[in-house]
Amino acid sequence: MYFDVSIDTFKIYIVRSGIMKQGNIKIDSISKSFDGVEVLKNISFEIKGGEFFSILGGSGCGKTTLLRMIAGFIEADKGAIYLGKKDITHLSPNKRDVNTIFQTYALFPHLTIYENIAFPLRLKKVKEAEIDREVKKYLELVKLSEHANKYSSQLSGGQKQRVAIARALINKPKVLLLDEPLSALDAKLRQHMLIELDNIHEEVGITFVFVTHDQQEALSVSDRIAVMKDGEVLQIGTPNEIYESPANAYVADFIGETNFIEGEVVEVEENFAYLESTSYGRIKFELDKEVMVGQYVKLTIRPEKVKVTKSKPRYLDDNDNIFKGKVEEMIYSGFQSKFFVTVGNQLFSAFKQHVDFFEEDAETIHWKDEVYIIWDSADSFLLEVI
Amino acid sequence: MKNQRNGLVYSAPITLWLTLLFVAPTLIVIIYSFLKKGIYGGVEWIFSIDGYNFFKSSYFLKVVWNTVEISVVVTFLTVLIAIPVALYIATSKYKNFLLFLIIIPFWTNFLIRIYSWISLLGNNGLLNNLLIKFGLEPHQFIYNKFAVILVSIYAYLPYAILPLYSAIEKFDFAIIDAARDLGASKMKAYMKTFLPNIKPGIITATLFTFIPALGSYAIPKLVGGNDSQMLGNVIARELTITRDWPKAAAISTILTIITVIFIIVLSKYDKDHKGGKV
Repeated sequence: MYFDVSIDTFKIYIVRSGIMKQGNIKIDSISKSFDGVEVLKNISFEIKGGEFFSILGGSGCGKTTLLRMIAGFIEADKGAIYLGKKDITHLSPNKRDVNTIFQTYALFPHLTIYENIAFPLRLKKVKEAEIDREVKKYLELVKLSEHANKYSSQLSGGQKQRVAIARALINKPKVLLLDEPLSALDAKLRQHMLIELDNIHEEVGITFVFVTHDQQEALSVSDRIAVMKDGEVLQIGTPNEIYESPANAYVADFIGETNFIEGEVVEVEENFAYLESTSYGRIKFELDKEVMVGQYVKLTIRPEKVKVTKSKPRYLDDNDNIFKGKVEEMIYSGFQSKFFVTVGNQLFSAFKQHVDFFEEDAETIHWKDEVYIIWDSADSFLLEVI
Repeated sequence: MKNQRNGLVYSAPITLWLTLLFVAPTLIVIIYSFLKKGIYGGVEWIFSIDGYNFFKSSYFLKVVWNTVEISVVVTFLTVLIAIPVALYIATSKYKNFLLFLIIIPFWTNFLIRIYSWISLLGNNGLLNNLLIKFGLEPHQFIYNKFAVILVSIYAYLPYAILPLYSAIEKFDFAIIDAARDLGASKMKAYMKTFLPNIKPGIITATLFTFIPALGSYAIPKLVGGNDSQMLGNVIARELTITRDWPKAAAISTILTIITVIFIIVLSKYDKDHKGGKV
């Protein structure tokens, strides 16, 4: 695809022009209420310079409010925001070294694509010849040179997105804010733009703050992710940390699908412990946190780490948990099948990739079949002591 | 070909309507303007351009100037006031209620609303009574150009607010945010992105104000003075008092021509606007 070409051009351009500005952001005890409803509750965290940082959360979690606050459209009730060492809490949007890609792109419908991209430079009263040179460079970068004289209403969603990117980057900001920029695109194009965003980020080297409700988007491109809920940051970490070691049940459930198991701790060894659960019985799990016998705990186990077989595999060891259940529901989705298996009175989900690696993988599992579900006790994660 | 014929059939009612009630009367007026004046009013069917000899009269040229001047000032001020009002309504939580308030004056007869201005501005009106009460000199507010302009703005404001409102309602305010984000001050963002994008609304509001203002009759008649007689008043006088029908028709024709020129100029300006959501 031509996406790759534009990225190469970008590399050369960035190296030559040296726009390797970096911006770190410090959010310091920010609170904000709208009509008596607290949408941001004393939030503090830092975004490192040059990082691809995602703010992930469901609707109404406060992620967009926070982004608009960094952009300067909303003023905080309490707290401060720093860009580098500069306190930008009370600066108006036009005085911040920050540019935004808006959800609806917000291109200027009365201007051509060329003039849209030239807009920030015209405001700065840059000389005509330099404007022309810069705009043409950025048009080239986003592969829209032949569309320069069109209006935004004549462009496709992906092209509009490119114009928005060029328009935001021509200002050479220290931070680029992206407000759900992919939500208006179809699934295929979203993938492409995601890859492209990631590449642009790599080459430009500035901080990207990416707000999204889509955990797949966040997981695939971010250096770090902040998961938000009800105006609070629940967890900040790398995609791997967030997925493999979620801070709590909400994060575990929000980031991908998962199974929860609750029970009483009955035995504690050095690295492992056992719990007794009403629907499964005795379960061995790895200790991620300290627990004591008699405490009630909550475990999470990702469905892709659970194996489903019709016959009992021969290679089990004493670290594996194995339970018998019945297939209640199965969803075939090409590259994998999702099984929902009832164990006791619980519904347990397990994903099976369609590879025949072991002999039992070749077995065809049908609806209502009796199956074994198996997982390694190191693959579960101890979420919390209840 | 069949489709074209269907089009003719479908457009027949409106074509008939426009021909009977718009094209025909206009043509009659234009034809009358080139006829000879009847002795007791009416016309004689003899070709004559006497109807147009008013061009020699300096009084008439003054009236033309008055009409254009008052209409331009009224239109400019009306649109200038209507933009922020429409912006406020379009972004308000109570927009339905506010629109309702704009429409309420239409429930009362136009003439009665003008008369109520007389009782406000008149020499024994509310405003002068208040001035006297506070120990100030009374002032001549009425029967002058000022009164005509003020009452015209009042009368045409709703016609300007409504098209502006519908243009602003379609405007995506994220565009203002984008302009500010890219380095524009609040004022600049509105000047450079808001105004150009509501241009169709501004043009409609201008037309809806300027055209009725050009044809004003009742307002200058009731609150105007010698300095503020407009073409509408002269036409009425020629028709009813002087009973010079060709002259009245000729002035009407001139008024129509001024209006048409104005519409052509504005719609050309509108066409230059290529962007916008098509």
